[in-house]
Amino acid sequence: MSKKLFPIVALLMVLALVFGSLPVAAGNAAQEAGYGATLATVQERGYVICGGNASVPGFGFLDEAGDYQGFDIDFCKAVAAAVFGDAEAYEIRPLSSQERFSALQSGEIDVLIRNTTWTLTRDTEVGANFVHTTFYDGQGFIVRKADGINTLEDMDGGTVCVQTGTTTEANLADTFAARGISYEPVVYEDVETGWTTYEEGRCDSYTTDKSGLVARQTLLSVPEDHMILDETISKEPLGPVVRHGDDQWFDIVQWTVFATFFAEEHGITSENAADMMAATTNPREMSFFGAEGDLGVKLGLSNDWAYNIVSLVGNYAEIYNRNLGPDTATYIPRGLNSLYTDGGLLYAPPFR
Amino acid sequence: MEKTHTTQQATIPFWRDERVLRVLGQIIFLIAVIVFGYYIYNNMITALAKQGMTPSFAFLNQTAGFDIGERLIEYERADFNKRAVLVAVLNTVQVSIVGIILSTILGVFLGIARLSTNFLVAKLSSIYLEILRNIPLLVLLIFWYTGIFITLPRVKEAISLGTSIFISNRGMVIPWGIPTETWRAYLIVLGVGIVLSAIVNWQLNLVGKRTGRPPLVTLWTIITFLAVAIIGWIALPQSPLTLDLPTLQGLNFKGGYTFSPEYLALLSGLVIYTAAFVGEIVRAGILSVSKGQIEASRALGLNAFQTLRLIVFPQAMRVIVPPLTSQYLNLTKNSSLAVAIGYPDLFAIAGTMHNQTGRSVEVIALMMGIYLSTSLITSVFMNFYNKKIKLVER
Ligand SMILES: N[C@@H](CCC(=O)N[C@@H](CS)C(=O)NCC(=O)O)C(=O)O
Repeated sequence: MSKKLFPIVALLMVLALVFGSLPVAAGNAAQEAGYGATLATVQERGYVICGGNASVPGFGFLDEAGDYQGFDIDFCKAVAAAVFGDAEAYEIRPLSSQERFSALQSGEIDVLIRNTTWTLTRDTEVGANFVHTTFYDGQGFIVRKADGINTLEDMDGGTVCVQTGTTTEANLADTFAARGISYEPVVYEDVETGWTTYEEGRCDSYTTDKSGLVARQTLLSVPEDHMILDETISKEPLGPVVRHGDDQWFDIVQWTVFATFFAEEHGITSENAADMMAATTNPREMSFFGAEGDLGVKLGLSNDWAYNIVSLVGNYAEIYNRNLGPDTATYIPRGLNSLYTDGGLLYAPPFR
Repeated sequence: MEKTHTTQQATIPFWRDERVLRVLGQIIFLIAVIVFGYYIYNNMITALAKQGMTPSFAFLNQTAGFDIGERLIEYERADFNKRAVLVAVLNTVQVSIVGIILSTILGVFLGIARLSTNFLVAKLSSIYLEILRNIPLLVLLIFWYTGIFITLPRVKEAISLGTSIFISNRGMVIPWGIPTETWRAYLIVLGVGIVLSAIVNWQLNLVGKRTGRPPLVTLWTIITFLAVAIIGWIALPQSPLTLDLPTLQGLNFKGGYTFSPEYLALLSGLVIYTAAFVGEIVRAGILSVSKGQIEASRALGLNAFQTLRLIVFPQAMRVIVPPLTSQYLNLTKNSSLAVAIGYPDLFAIAGTMHNQTGRSVEVIALMMGIYLSTSLITSVFMNFYNKKIKLVER
């Protein structure tokens, strides 16, 4: 063996020994996310990292000032408020539909809050855990008014643009096959490319969650030339997602969502939270605020966690109206996303 | 002297014996590689297991559940994932083969043009080569797709070439033949045509060898084939293909064959990009042929074209083929950028499948395996060709 080669071989031997003898450490901490690991990591880091959307106004969107805004973003802030008592202790990683689960699995993000539909496969094989739904949605279609398409049947022989990495792609195939409508899908990875080509007339329709349609319609050059068909072809319960393996973190995110429901139900808003906390005699509200009992501590947080969520970010109605209310460009009637007392599906379990 | 030498050899301890060390070094290296590979593999399996996932390819035999817009074989959402993989592989292979052929033709043309004595031709060609070689392919594809193909007129305002070719931002529709009942019989006729023309070719070559004056071999071969093809077409009771003309019905053109804008953008992007590299390779190949050869050929009275065909190219090929092989492999792999412009190639379909099944590791492994095999097959083929044209040294 030449003298030059020797150091290389020696180095390799050492490496082999080191690697070979190591207990098989499973990559990074994220994959080992055992009970409590995520909260510890987040607290040590000083802020929570949320996987978000950068291209759906009203839900997750980068505004002109370079800040993320939207319904999903507000839930990220709510988690930050619960953990740190600071609604700004967060960072958004913008993710495309295709990237989001890899980012979650690999531990790049702590929680995924990005119009993501809860499905059985994602809950199991994808290694994701869905907390309670924050927005009940369904898939729809947007078309050009001039084309005279009023039902899905009118789309027979047409072309539909859709984004990959979504539940949308498969719903489309299922529905059109079941109803015997022939069509040609054009599947894009990048949401912007998809909408550009729809607008240019490559496709007769673009399909995604109705929330996404309302949101993106505002970005079309002449929004009034387009309309969203009434028909809804699927159930798309959208909500935050965490990794398998850390039940504590799951609970924190889940109860953050419930806290916003609870606050709306009890009329607690960001404005009156401090007063209500001081004045309330309702036992449930007292434990919610942490004036009684130790609910926050049970979650591994401080006892004023829920107060922080409401006072810093707001209750569910405030979050909704700020982003999707009648005064916004992306107005979506609340429908199913109303409290159960108003005929909706929002129902928080007892805070006790 | 000799004796001392042997004793000295005998006394060398094995750890200083170069021959032993050489083998030992390789063994150790191999072990290191295996251990490292095993470590990585094991790490992955353990990490997956921690999330409750065990690698399995069972999903290939489950319903795909998604549609594919462009396909060379029958496919629908109820088919299995393995069928979807096949559709995707065929799309990739098809665009790669057509791309390789077209970029070779364009590249050879550009390579020769750059060496042209005509100033304008040479300059234009070198500008093309310099620009194209310095643009990232992804940028080129996206520009080509969203900047050109998608901005063509809409279907309703499609440009018509002649009466039945239409160009719009939904692609190019051309008339197409639909096989009738006699199509299979006609395929046999064509087979006969190929055999007959091969015989003609062989016989004429023999005549050429014997008399030293080859007749127009290629021309007669083609004529033979065409004659059989035409006579067969007329003789069959029903013509083997009926013409299917595209017409605008409802939202899209019906009938004919459609080249989608995604396909056209991908193909043309790959071709004009790869041709730039092929052009440079061809130029280098031609320049490697010594000037004396060309002068000698001209002195013998061969014209410029004959010189190129008979003297320069056969020699240049030896220099051209190895780097050309890499370009062919590059083109095939680059076709995976299709995903950016919505063409359902292997990479795009793998992405969808990964998302629908949640089987990321398996899907990626499968995809890598397929790309590797197509590359290896291309290499084997090109190496075989290279051997054939190699200078036979005596
Ligand atoms: N809810 C569906 C679809 C969600 C989705 O990704 N929607 C698209 C359509 S507008 C989107 O947000 N794309 C943004 C991006 O990829 O950047 C799912 O979870 O699969």
